[in-house]
Amino acid sequence: MDFFIQLLVGGLSVGFLYGLSAMGFVMIFKSSSVLNFAHGELLAIGAYFFLAFVTWAKIPILLSFLLALAGCFLLGILIERIFLRPLIGEPLIFVVMLTVGLAAMFKGLILLIWGGNLFTYPDFLPKALGIEWKIIRIPPVYGATLIIGTLFLILFGLFFKFSSQGIYMRSVADNQRAALSLGVHVKRVFALSWAIAALVAGMSGMVLGIINGVNVHDLSAIGLKVFPVVILGGLDSIGGAIIGGIIIGLLETFTGGYISPSLRDVVPYIVLVLILLLKPYGLFGLKEIERV
Amino acid sequence: MHPCGNFRERYQQELAVFTTDFGRIWTGIGILLLIALVPLSASPYMLYIFNMIGITAIAVIGLNILIGFTGQISLGHGAFFGVGAYAGAIFSTTLHLPMLLCIPAAGLTTALVGMIFGIPSGRLKGLYLTIATLAGQFIIEYVLIHWESLTKGTMGITLPPASLLGLSIRGDLGFYYLIFISLAGMVWIAVNLIRTRYGRPFIAIRDNDRAAEGMGIPIFRYKLLSFGISSFYAGFAGALWAFYMGSITAEPFNLGLSVEYIAMVIIGGLGSISGSIFGTVFITLLNEALRFMTGILMNSGLFSTLELNIAPLREFVFGLAIVLFILLEPRGLAELWRIIRSNFRLWPFAY
Repeated sequence: MDFFIQLLVGGLSVGFLYGLSAMGFVMIFKSSSVLNFAHGELLAIGAYFFLAFVTWAKIPILLSFLLALAGCFLLGILIERIFLRPLIGEPLIFVVMLTVGLAAMFKGLILLIWGGNLFTYPDFLPKALGIEWKIIRIPPVYGATLIIGTLFLILFGLFFKFSSQGIYMRSVADNQRAALSLGVHVKRVFALSWAIAALVAGMSGMVLGIINGVNVHDLSAIGLKVFPVVILGGLDSIGGAIIGGIIIGLLETFTGGYISPSLRDVVPYIVLVLILLLKPYGLFGLKEIERV
Repeated sequence: MHPCGNFRERYQQELAVFTTDFGRIWTGIGILLLIALVPLSASPYMLYIFNMIGITAIAVIGLNILIGFTGQISLGHGAFFGVGAYAGAIFSTTLHLPMLLCIPAAGLTTALVGMIFGIPSGRLKGLYLTIATLAGQFIIEYVLIHWESLTKGTMGITLPPASLLGLSIRGDLGFYYLIFISLAGMVWIAVNLIRTRYGRPFIAIRDNDRAAEGMGIPIFRYKLLSFGISSFYAGFAGALWAFYMGSITAEPFNLGLSVEYIAMVIIGGLGSISGSIFGTVFITLLNEALRFMTGILMNSGLFSTLELNIAPLREFVFGLAIVLFILLEPRGLAELWRIIRSNFRLWPFAY
């Protein structure tokens, strides 16, 4: 029973992280229907920005956190401006391939600058955020993650629901041409959605870096694990991403605990194929009924 | 010589592979040079490069049938290549089949595996197949390593020496002939496939799947067919590679290989068979050039303190090449080649 509870808690916290990492991905898909294969690299860039500010420039933690977020925001705008804007109106295949190319570029660049070693941040979180109760031990990092994650989730929920920019973004996602003809500045919406998505990804990357240490290979692997998560939750549902993340996280830890540790990393992809076969629009995705 | 303008009157002219005798003759001369001259003049290292280009080109042509002609992206072709390699190795070590049977059998096995991961495309459009093949990539990698009774896990499999119809094939030169005959055959099949009733629906599906369905093309069946053919090419190439290498492990067949193949398809030009070969040559030579350059830089002492590793540099240059080609010349080297050719043809009067 103890083992079960440990796995449950572990799975929930890992799953929440997956969900958090998937949020930025969903945001890009929601506004521009681009599958971003460079998502893991965006996570990594956020983590390395933070690392650079904290350990190289020795800027106080909170300030470097904000600076790293700002850096990610700018990077998102730059990516959109330089790489994606010329492709507006091109076939989707080129856009997707472009993100595959970007992923390779960013990964190579990070490896050239920092190498493939594992880095860690200095310990800075207050102990009070963690929970220790009988056998349940949740380190402070997860407490902080839960708070930050929920905050971002609510913020973005509200943003998409009520703010005019959020509504523009949803309208562009739904039908680019119609939105354009109603006077929505589609280019600005794309830039903004990439900026926000990069910001969220960077934030998730920093959190992941605090927990597991910073390493390009690990982070880009998580970027690929986003796919099972979002397919399960539905490609265009932010809440679905969190729930999908939690389900995938639980599945992983339970498979690792009870069946075999080596199967752990593959289980999400097996689930992914099954979902694509059985329930292709996920649990909370928008169903596009089209028979082709 | 081409007249300016389009003076074709019959569909046969429209579909012709070679529009002029000039092109036909030069292709023949090129093939003769490859068969006769290269083996005589090339060093073993050059032959090795030629062989790698030949093997990879087969896999890339297969991937181009899927991406360029049918419009479905596969991120699992590295793994399918691996499935072919393992299938070839297993057929020859446990079933003791002759190589002549092993390689096509490996191709068929891979085609089956590929079609399984192509099934989601029946219900879903576009990018979902990409995600399914991404999953396929990871699942296949796992199976190759962990199905130890069949694949011997991380130990890998050592193949028996290759022989064809009692003739033993040894060294780079023997394989050079085998690989280039296979490549020529596969190119011939691919070029003609696109012109048959089984290939033309692929293009229809790529251009507009709803219209294709409306014209009575069973889309799901043709998507699966395209996936099967494409995987067959990958498996065929994989099995060739396994025999060429002599022993295989699961390590090379990772996502990086899949991305490399996609890079070759894009850089060569989507929907162009000759483009696939250009792309393969380009990336392979780029690889070798990078290795050469890092070697020089390492020896020059400029980077003695800095650990200069080729892997990340390669990854970066790949990414950059993909991105630049998509932004600047989305139709790839094949289009550049066409432009250069037509410039020469029409010179000095551009039209």
